[in-house]
Amino acid sequence: MAGELEFERPVMELKKKIAELKEFTKTADVDLSSEIEKLEARLEKLEVDIYENMKPWDRVQIARHPARPTTLDYITYLFEDFFECHGDRAFGDDEAIVGGIAKFKGIPVTVIGHQRGKDTKENIRRNFGMPHPEGYRKALRLMKQADKFRRPIICFIDTKGAYPGKAAEERGQSEAIAKNLFEMASLRVPVICIVIGEGGSGGALALGVGNHIHMLENSTYSVISPEGAAAILWKDATQAKKAAESMRITAPDLKELGVVDLIIEEVKGGAHKDVKAQAAEIEEVLTHSLKDLMDLTEDQLIDHRYNKFKSIGEYSFLKEFIGVK
Amino acid sequence: MLKDIFTKTKKKKYATIPSETAKQDVPEGIMTKCPNCKKIMYTKELVKNLKVCFHCHYHHTMNSKERLVSFLDADSFEEINANMISENPLNFPDYIDKLEKDREKTKINEAVVTGTGTVDGQKIAVAVMDSTFRMGSMGSVVGEKITRAIEKADELRVPFIIFTASGGARMQEGVLSLMQMAKTSVALKRFSDNGGLIISIMTHPTTGGVSASFASLGDYNLAEPGALIGFAGRRIIEQTIREELPEDFQTAEFLLKCGQLDAVIPRTELKDKISAILSIHQPGGDFKWQEN
Repeated sequence: MAGELEFERPVMELKKKIAELKEFTKTADVDLSSEIEKLEARLEKLEVDIYENMKPWDRVQIARHPARPTTLDYITYLFEDFFECHGDRAFGDDEAIVGGIAKFKGIPVTVIGHQRGKDTKENIRRNFGMPHPEGYRKALRLMKQADKFRRPIICFIDTKGAYPGKAAEERGQSEAIAKNLFEMASLRVPVICIVIGEGGSGGALALGVGNHIHMLENSTYSVISPEGAAAILWKDATQAKKAAESMRITAPDLKELGVVDLIIEEVKGGAHKDVKAQAAEIEEVLTHSLKDLMDLTEDQLIDHRYNKFKSIGEYSFLKEFIGVK
Repeated sequence: MLKDIFTKTKKKKYATIPSETAKQDVPEGIMTKCPNCKKIMYTKELVKNLKVCFHCHYHHTMNSKERLVSFLDADSFEEINANMISENPLNFPDYIDKLEKDREKTKINEAVVTGTGTVDGQKIAVAVMDSTFRMGSMGSVVGEKITRAIEKADELRVPFIIFTASGGARMQEGVLSLMQMAKTSVALKRFSDNGGLIISIMTHPTTGGVSASFASLGDYNLAEPGALIGFAGRRIIEQTIREELPEDFQTAEFLLKCGQLDAVIPRTELKDKISAILSIHQPGGDFKWQEN
């Protein structure tokens, strides 16, 4: 099967063998049904073993899978009447971020998300889902519009990070990200963020100041890519696997650290195995989330966001005072 | 015995030639060599000149204490949350040791010092980042202390001034470091919506997550000459776009040209300039016409 991942190879091989045997029994005169049954039982056990004990690095592989559903895939399944809006009204249209208006179960909403490409051609057009400043400014423009018309905002997070380029710096990458964090703080509408793939650094956070933050089971969210962390910490980018483990970037880790509200279960083997079923899982969580938040007043929503982020972080106090004085 | 003390030291077999670096080095403390123009000057004089080189105007690194002394009215500083310290939320090996060593070395507890003080008699809340502590990197404590300083400014209804100096997010606290960008920005927004004045002064270096949050969110974004300011690291960008970047890329002057800063102000003029900005933003904001 195309796009199989290293850690799930035993499952794939066994599946292939079973299929071969089945094919063989069709033409040959021997009865192998008992063998096939045995193998199928083994497959079931193996699948449980592998998919329920996934290591952080396995999850990174799934999060990066070329066939992993993107923002636009989910938009197709989850929303009606999606109308895409382009451009930041100042510089250009960054296709690494898509956004627009739509209806979710009849409720008007604004949807924004990072957008990777499905093939090389599209990836070049969308800059592999790594936005430039104009992308964040487009997102902010749409959020302010949502605020004006009192529409809830749903953000899909799926980026390796902001694009590290010369032009991006010249046009104010830092300011664009900072402005989004700043302005999202005072939106008077519910903001729900869902990490669907890789959530990398400031580029991800620029769509991430939500009342609720949910994560797909096999997505990641981190301050830096495992490769980047390894390069900084051990001066060796090849130790990414080790970094993925020590940086605590998986959905269960983030739940434990108090960053994420809910983990959205994935289809066995990852969202790419069944997009429709995955969208249904997201739909359920989104429905609950929206219902909860739509009960809050505008001020309550802003306070809710303030308190959410204020509570993230761990610190303590020394007894003795050192201080600068 | 006594004789031993007076014995002549052995004649050296070989003549020793001081190495290039030893030749240039001056005893630490008394003299300082400018890393830019390589000229040597008295440390005391240099400090009196706010650590700005007399010859080439290179701005030497200031730690938080030097900054506070140089910027606030004498004895006006009152520190808050001085003894807040980091935990090790990711159980990163050696993290606690590294923090303790830096506490020992710098005599401060984290990479930012916060409090209140006055500038020419005008009350402000202030946060000064310190690049001598873990490269000024931002973890939970830096985020929390800055947030509390912003809240203090809001409570006292005084301006908030921040001096940034940071290599970015602190790796050892992972995603919690990333979230401090949101925490501080959300607090700034509330303060700003209440009419608060925010002045950000970016000093060398202001990069990564710090540059992409509170450093860029001032009503006035200022920088010191020559400061490195940017989101992505130079090396990463060069590797990504596969071309060499201009010499002055990501300097304060470069950013000013790109329209990202209000002004680049030499350290020796900083206090007067900021004092003037503060006086234009009198609390309450109702000015009455006064005939002279």
